[in-house]
Amino acid sequence: MFRLPVERLDELFAMVSAAQTLYIPADGKDSRAHYTKWEEGIKLSNALNTVRSAKDFFFPQTTNLCDFNKKDKEIEIIDNRTESEDFVVFGVRACDTRSFTILDKVFLVDPVDSYYATRREHGTVVTLACTEPEETCFCGVFGIDAASPEGDAACWIADGYLYITANTEKGEKFISLVSSLLEESSDEAVEAQKKATAEIMSRLPFNDIDTSYFRKNTLLEIFNSDHWKKLSEACIGCGTCTFVCPTCQCYDIKDYDTGCGIKRYRTWDSCMYSDFTKTAGGNPRTSQVERFRQRFMHKLVYFPDNNNEEFGCVGCGRCISRCPISMNIVKVIKTFGEVQ
Amino acid sequence: MLNETLIPKVGVITDIRIDTPDVKTFRVVGTDGKKLFEHIPGQCAMVSVPGVGEGMFSITSSPTNTEFMEFSIKRCGCLTTVLHALEEGQQITVRGPYGNGFPVEDPEKLKGKDLLFVAGGIGLAPLRSVINYVRDKRENYGKVQIVYGSRSKDDLVDYKEILDEWMATPDFDVYLTIDREQEGWDGHVGFVPNYVKELTPDLGKTVLMCGPPVMIKFTLAGLKELGFKETQVFTTMELRMKCAIGKCGRCNIGNKYVCKDGPVFSFDQLSELPSEY
Repeated sequence: MFRLPVERLDELFAMVSAAQTLYIPADGKDSRAHYTKWEEGIKLSNALNTVRSAKDFFFPQTTNLCDFNKKDKEIEIIDNRTESEDFVVFGVRACDTRSFTILDKVFLVDPVDSYYATRREHGTVVTLACTEPEETCFCGVFGIDAASPEGDAACWIADGYLYITANTEKGEKFISLVSSLLEESSDEAVEAQKKATAEIMSRLPFNDIDTSYFRKNTLLEIFNSDHWKKLSEACIGCGTCTFVCPTCQCYDIKDYDTGCGIKRYRTWDSCMYSDFTKTAGGNPRTSQVERFRQRFMHKLVYFPDNNNEEFGCVGCGRCISRCPISMNIVKVIKTFGEVQ
Repeated sequence: MLNETLIPKVGVITDIRIDTPDVKTFRVVGTDGKKLFEHIPGQCAMVSVPGVGEGMFSITSSPTNTEFMEFSIKRCGCLTTVLHALEEGQQITVRGPYGNGFPVEDPEKLKGKDLLFVAGGIGLAPLRSVINYVRDKRENYGKVQIVYGSRSKDDLVDYKEILDEWMATPDFDVYLTIDREQEGWDGHVGFVPNYVKELTPDLGKTVLMCGPPVMIKFTLAGLKELGFKETQVFTTMELRMKCAIGKCGRCNIGNKYVCKDGPVFSFDQLSELPSEY
């Protein structure tokens, strides 16, 4: 364990950004936290979490896949992929950090998505432990410890110091990059903080919601449940939940004719939208009930079925605070959980 | 840089056959004049006109064809309308092959078995790949029965090939039907599901079926009445797709992705999944 006084955090950021691009959560004009490229004067936010999740770093909202030039009957395909530059994301919370391992199970399984893979390879994730989890937090339900985040290196801010320890080789590289600023330290303050945070977590309202229903019942039993109709009744299909969700990974592929060539790009999409599954021949999900059901079946049943029972949710709580009709995955889990 | 499956290859349309008023069959090779890639019967490819879009189509030619690939495409949406307006020599893009294909080499399922093919309309396209594969490897399969129906005589895809080649193949019995009486047609008239039942196929056959959902539904019911088991009957599915590799998240039926885990499923597999297709 190493540490440096919090007042010297700027020096650490300066040293990192001299070597690699550095992103940290900083308060924007809207007084909310957003990942921001660090430069002199940018301060680390005190907010619990960023408005958008950290998935943008590895799975950006739009990615150019390739370009085409067309001339008469001929087509030229231009593979304009470049190696990603090395970068550091600092201050990622435990929930968002776990979302990367969930996204890995989609994008890094054969055939590997090279766009995602190159960003993952070149990105160093430095996490920051939570000290004041909020009522919307339920990461503990998925075995995530907000006080001991994963990531390449993990940090804690306690008693006026930033404590840091490496979890991976990349994390060790990060620490050696800034080692001239650090001093070795005991982990007493960190251990005390972990206890205090665990105590807060245990009192949070969603900390102990029961997900066992989704393991005990069959896919068809859950799919055919009467609950979906009632749960989805007020859903307006805005897709906000999917856009703020750190694990939602569905995407669309589109072409755009710039006038001097065609850009093929992928862009985030949402299973909540009516045209998501629409074809010239019809649509298998004709109403919001089916679209709503798909989103939660994916996270609570389909993804776990295909990935050693791991749920596709990290309990970050963004959907809880953002949904305009106050519907969310916790209500879904609780509704089913109460049936037995 | 890693190989990237989302980046396609350039294909050249070398021949366009007009099958029906709304179906054309496109012959495609690479820019070097050779076949773009190898495939298993029933597998698909993403075909694109850059600037318009990309869509999943079954490869209708057999893998035993060493020279080119073919796609039989019905004009029904944005991309297919543009494809239908293309001329020979036009380049398009292709990537693949995708999906599992039919288990043609599995002795428990297809190999060595008597086969019953049931197709409706453009549903013949994915089955044609298997039918011609079986024709070229005659010694590996038993008797073949093909029941193919469409709205009218003019809507039968691959009509010339059916008459000249399939009907001339030993141990190939082809039964054609159209929905309504038509001048110049002295063959069977009626819907495919009823025709299949009338023919009372032998229960030892493996069934491969593709066509409109309503045809599949009633044919399956009829086959089950006759005593066929769901494990004996295979079909191939189609849903909206973008990536074709199980990542974009839109072609799932329950926990299975049609693009990756399908498009070929047996009905016992489908019976464990939601009927959301």
